[in-house]
Amino acid sequence: MSGPSRLSVRNIRKSFGTHEVLKGISLDAKDGDVISLLGASGSGKSTFLRCINLLEIATEGEIFVDGEEIRMVKKGGRNQPASQKQVDHIRSELGMVFQSFNLWSHMTILQNVIEGPVHVLKRPRAECIAEAEALLEKVGIVDKRHAYPAHLSGGQQQRAAIARALAMKPKAMLFDEPTSALDPELVGEVLRVMRALAEEGMTMLVVTHEMSFARNVSNRVVFMREGVVDSSGTPEEMFGGGGSPAFRQFIGHLGPA
Amino acid sequence: MMTSLQLLGFGSGGWGALLLLGALITLAVTASALAIGAVLGALVAAMKLSGRPLRAAVGHVYTTVFRGVPELLIIYLIYFGGSSAVTALGHALGFEGFLGLPSFLAGALAVGIISGAYQAEVYRGAYLAIPPGELEAALAIGMSRRLRLRRIVLPQVIRFAIPGLGNVWQLSLKDSALVSVTGLAELMRTSQVAAGSTRQYFLFYIVGGCLYLILTSLSDRVFKGAERQADRSQSAAMIGRG
Repeated sequence: MSGPSRLSVRNIRKSFGTHEVLKGISLDAKDGDVISLLGASGSGKSTFLRCINLLEIATEGEIFVDGEEIRMVKKGGRNQPASQKQVDHIRSELGMVFQSFNLWSHMTILQNVIEGPVHVLKRPRAECIAEAEALLEKVGIVDKRHAYPAHLSGGQQQRAAIARALAMKPKAMLFDEPTSALDPELVGEVLRVMRALAEEGMTMLVVTHEMSFARNVSNRVVFMREGVVDSSGTPEEMFGGGGSPAFRQFIGHLGPA
Repeated sequence: MMTSLQLLGFGSGGWGALLLLGALITLAVTASALAIGAVLGALVAAMKLSGRPLRAAVGHVYTTVFRGVPELLIIYLIYFGGSSAVTALGHALGFEGFLGLPSFLAGALAVGIISGAYQAEVYRGAYLAIPPGELEAALAIGMSRRLRLRRIVLPQVIRFAIPGLGNVWQLSLKDSALVSVTGLAELMRTSQVAAGSTRQYFLFYIVGGCLYLILTSLSDRVFKGAERQADRSQSAAMIGRG
């Protein structure tokens, strides 16, 4: 696919103290791209994802969202966003789905989904409720809209979290190991929602250990190792024996996909 | 000689009305102290959580001092110290003689300052009980600092703080008895005066004690109700987690 660039990241570096976790990573996601980020734990893939919506501040590098560059300044030798307002705005354009769902526990599912549109985007409440109900219908939990998160299964909570992110009408979605905290029998329902999203043309960056998703849903696979992109390509190239030896060893450990 | 019932009654020579008024003043002192303490406590908790060494140190000193020093000393300090300050100020403005701080104000302020030290710890604990992931989700959706505070932090801090606030309220209710030293006719002072002037010490101190117990158990019920109300998002949480 070769739509306009939704997300462009150039030469991101990130250190925690003296430990450099990301050693210069670049990535370009065009409109409709579904990119799976694979790698062993500690390879920096979650940190990389969190740098994109500035939950972590990259030590170096440039980030563009839909062509808009996130302005950075050096403060006391450290990189800092130049404008908190721009940061908030960029974050509102990127949907984030966490491993541990992170629904707001004091709000019902419906309240969780309308919270962003009503209070961050300041859109009319009635409109947001109608849209939220349609989204909850789509992810299959509209009957739970008045329940609190604690009363839902993990799979239902994660689908609600996806609806919450979609309610912001994001330009791209970031998934940080969305199925890793789920019991095996609940993984499928979340992956089905993600697959439907991909088929609708949503731009997605997915940190995952689900090889079936990487292979069958994404159109690009990026394998990270020790803070750098070790190899990348289409699923056919990567899983068809085209990946680096390290990648072949990595998927070998996980067993057949 | 009047009977016990007459002494406690509302007729002439009966102390009933005064005791009830005393109980009301006790309630008013405690409620004012809770409000004053809420402001101070929130401020001190924010300082301790700020991550700035100087502010955190000031907050730490506050909670250490006002939890560690006897309540009576604080009350004397505010009442007499406050009165001398007001007198000095009065002299500067041309008033003569001793000007007292109103005993209700001094009492509510003193108990409130102590309550603030305990409330600060309650609020700090409540803030730390918010799952960090929920704060991160608020960041990720683009909420400004102010919006996060209003929509995510405060509702949850209040929810987690209610049981602790119930304890602080109970402490303050009892601390308010010490305000009797300033002559404020709250429940303790009224029981004391009634006991002294009728020489029915057992009768009036036991009745006073019973009135305190009624106040504490009633307020306990109020806080339990509030807790249930605030916890409706959590009930059955253990069953629902999948």
